[in-house]
Amino acid sequence: MNNASLYQLTLDGLWKNNPALVQLLGLCPLLAVTDSTVKALGLSGATLFVLVVSNTSVSLIRTVVADNIRLTVFIMIIAAAVTVTDLLMQAYSYELYQILGIFLPLITTNGIIVGRADSFACKNSISAALSDGFFMGLGFSAVMVLMGTIRELLGTGALFADMQLLFGEGAESWRWELLHIDYPLLAAVSPPGAFLVAGCLIALKNQIDTCVERRAQGSAEAAGAVRSEHR
Amino acid sequence: MLGDIALLVLGAVLVNNFVLVQFLGLDPFMSVSTKFETAISTSMATTFVLTLASVCSYLTYNYLLIPLDLAYLRAFTFILVIVLMVQGIEIVLRKTSPLLQRTLGVFMPWITTNCAVLGVALLNIDQAHNLVESVFYGLGVGMGFSLVLVLFAAMRERLAVADVPEPFQGAAIGMITAGVASLAFMGFSGPTS
Repeated sequence: MNNASLYQLTLDGLWKNNPALVQLLGLCPLLAVTDSTVKALGLSGATLFVLVVSNTSVSLIRTVVADNIRLTVFIMIIAAAVTVTDLLMQAYSYELYQILGIFLPLITTNGIIVGRADSFACKNSISAALSDGFFMGLGFSAVMVLMGTIRELLGTGALFADMQLLFGEGAESWRWELLHIDYPLLAAVSPPGAFLVAGCLIALKNQIDTCVERRAQGSAEAAGAVRSEHR
Repeated sequence: MLGDIALLVLGAVLVNNFVLVQFLGLDPFMSVSTKFETAISTSMATTFVLTLASVCSYLTYNYLLIPLDLAYLRAFTFILVIVLMVQGIEIVLRKTSPLLQRTLGVFMPWITTNCAVLGVALLNIDQAHNLVESVFYGLGVGMGFSLVLVLFAAMRERLAVADVPEPFQGAAIGMITAGVASLAFMGFSGPTS
């Protein structure tokens, strides 16, 4: 695998083909557990891990699996990886495991993971599948953590509360009181807020894309104009 | 007893609506709700699978996993049961009713990755429902999913021709409308809590 394709994979995962904002997959955890940063971090970390493991294993067995049972096999691999993650979290951060509840086992049905296994990992080499899994997971995590911080900030006026659930005792003091609001925006941490923030993020991405495109067009036209003047 | 069941179904349809309040089953919700006819077929197929998944997962959990002391493998087993069940339904449909197979069959593989199906199986265990309650919970969740999906499909057909600001066109305005609908559904949480 050369550098160009690695660059392509990074760009695809983080921006151009972002699983959460463009493909609109994995919306269930994206909206459900992003009412605080620590929950978003915990679940997106778990998803990233499962995505890398499943992409790598699917790529490993891609030549021996018959085509008509492939989805079943992929789902079994993913479910096994999720069970491992589930038990690990139960052992090492039990409180967070309890807060995340059913959304941890539900990583199995996250559309991104099956989607990447079926559309990328089962057609590509192990190293390519591994980096694809990593960057797609990173793109998803970035959007999740971003949503977590926005909603936590609007809803409570503070950031990084309860980080000790994930990073141990020392992280208790990480809570950062950013805004002193007497009446925090409760809607932001409740279900409707999740939809509204997600909608605004998608719109923001569209707006940035249009601006970049217009600028590129504008500079191309300017270059064209300069060239015609020279003639 | 009957009152409890009615409350359970009503709660699943309106108060704790899977899509708008618990965010389960959102992927098909966003991708399918753009056309009215597909929305109706999908919601029928999904309701059927949700009800059947409730029964199957209840039986597997209580008569297989509990006796063998394997409760920690429940998510893994449930997804296996769901995958097999969906493929079974597909085979039965193909053999018995080509018409149903053509209208509902195309949505079948996608139902496996609908988090509502695994979600309903896990929630039945978490909330300690018995067999009858599990069946009606599955049915209620399916009805709630269908209600929102069909409502939304009708709305999005209008939105497709509405004058929406450019960056919000497509998925973004869908999210915003879902947010407003979710706000409305939160109104139902008053009477029962």
